[in-house]
Amino acid sequence: MEELGDDEFTVIAVALDSEPGAPEPWIEAANPTYPVLIDRTHQLADRFGIINVPTAIWIDERGRIVRPAEVAGAYEAFRHVDPELGRVPEEHTNYAKQMRLTYLEAIKDWVANGADSVHALSAEEIRNRQPAVDPAIEEAHVRFRLGQHLQANGRADAAREQFDRASELHPDSWAIWRQAADKLDNGIAAGPAFSERLAALGDRHYYPPPEIAGMPAPPSDG
Amino acid sequence: MTTILTPTDTIEVDATSEGPDLWVTAADLTRATGYELKPEGFCLEEICVPVPAGREAEFVRDGSEGTSINLATFWRYLEAPIAADERRATWSIGEPPTDRSMRLDTLEAPDFTLPDAAGNLHSLSDYRGRKVLLAAWASW
Repeated sequence: MEELGDDEFTVIAVALDSEPGAPEPWIEAANPTYPVLIDRTHQLADRFGIINVPTAIWIDERGRIVRPAEVAGAYEAFRHVDPELGRVPEEHTNYAKQMRLTYLEAIKDWVANGADSVHALSAEEIRNRQPAVDPAIEEAHVRFRLGQHLQANGRADAAREQFDRASELHPDSWAIWRQAADKLDNGIAAGPAFSERLAALGDRHYYPPPEIAGMPAPPSDG
Repeated sequence: MTTILTPTDTIEVDATSEGPDLWVTAADLTRATGYELKPEGFCLEEICVPVPAGREAEFVRDGSEGTSINLATFWRYLEAPIAADERRATWSIGEPPTDRSMRLDTLEAPDFTLPDAAGNLHSLSDYRGRKVLLAAWASW
């Protein structure tokens, strides 16, 4: 994305990260040229309807939404481990690359062509894709922020109650669940509870594929 | 002091919490929610919500230290989310559904202000005039 940064375009990366110190090593390692912000209360998840990462929102020069929150070209290849091979088959790793490239090309097309880009959605389409106003989701964010504040003030048990309630109210949000979940030593919420929650998705997606023109069809599992 | 967590901010107020009620000053109501108490009701810019007739005492009361407003009752009246910890020292409030619907309908990206790792604040509106790819990621 760096090559796209200029007077007409910028990436603004935002870490949805409540824990002080957690995103900083990643930022240092990436050493990006664009701004990287830290959102400890996940306020953007509430405002923009973000349920997982990586998520992208396209915003034009006037501050209008061009594409609402969608998976930023990530593919759930890790859900296609072949037990016999003991790894993700190549067709899925290749598809992950293809999806990422297709998404990047779409961004470049929009940067070059603006509202004339095939990827700039119509007002009607944006309205269709925007998250619905849902009282349960609203309350989930309210409880998440309360939990985050209690956690930051050393009240882990009271915080846990709020996080659990938030996840019950907004079960589609991986951001709420993973932020509050126990982490492995590497800081990633990928323990047995994550595997279990992932398995419970069944045929539903962890990363719903972005509905973007030119995206190739995913490989079938055969 | 009572802490109120808004969708974008944390504010400290001198409030009285009684059971499900949270009484704050008119100035703190505005700081926490943007709504102002006016003769026509609770107003956010040009739109006013009248205090429901016959229920004034649940929403507004006058005391020796000026007018107090029951933020919790007002917020529930708007069908907006509100929650408190068990000590009722920290309250968290969300965006009222009608305000959110109107905001979504404009298709404008809501402005925000967040720090970078060095603590410098950035607002989305600082980047007006450029296309922005807002990219959410996380360490978890």
